[in-house]
Amino acid sequence: MGTRVQTPPKSNEQESSEKSHLVILLAGWLIPGAGHTMQRYWLRGVLLFLSVVSMFAIGLAMGGKVYHPNTGDLLEMLGFAGDLGSGSLYWLARLADWGSGPVQITVADYGTKFIVVAGLLNIISAVDAYSLANGRKRG
Amino acid sequence: MTHFTAAATFAFFASIVLGITQRSQPRQMVRYGIFCFVLFLAVVIVGSWLMRLIHA
Repeated sequence: MGTRVQTPPKSNEQESSEKSHLVILLAGWLIPGAGHTMQRYWLRGVLLFLSVVSMFAIGLAMGGKVYHPNTGDLLEMLGFAGDLGSGSLYWLARLADWGSGPVQITVADYGTKFIVVAGLLNIISAVDAYSLANGRKRG
Repeated sequence: MTHFTAAATFAFFASIVLGITQRSQPRQMVRYGIFCFVLFLAVVIVGSWLMRLIHA
């Protein structure tokens, strides 16, 4: 027979602070650097925004591909997961139909990698903002 | 855009994000960002020479 460990019930204050941490995580994902600016880390937020947006924009300018949801090749699925990390930038690119042309030159292949990595870096920065909010990382 | 320019641009922006997110103090962030940038470029240069030597 296993023993059950009962966790103490969470107070309203704890629940609301957990919700605000999740809002910071979500905001950081949707808008690069927003999670940091919401916590008044202005310079970090601006630098993260500029870095992620620049990488995404340069990737598009190089003729990079924006992946669509798919169930085909494993690399295509991973590419989509990476692109999705850019949050609103990804949806903006999809709405404007950017990055939908075929990748035929080497520079365009580099561009595809720029777009994927911009998404992955944005996920790292959103998680960093979450860690700052819940106290796991000192500011 | 050459391969090296693309790699340097990539390294520049990636190093900024890594510097900010992987360290907690501003001074350490700058040092780690520079470290990542130099490491990215070093890997590109060493890798390029290795590939050239393999092909030769």
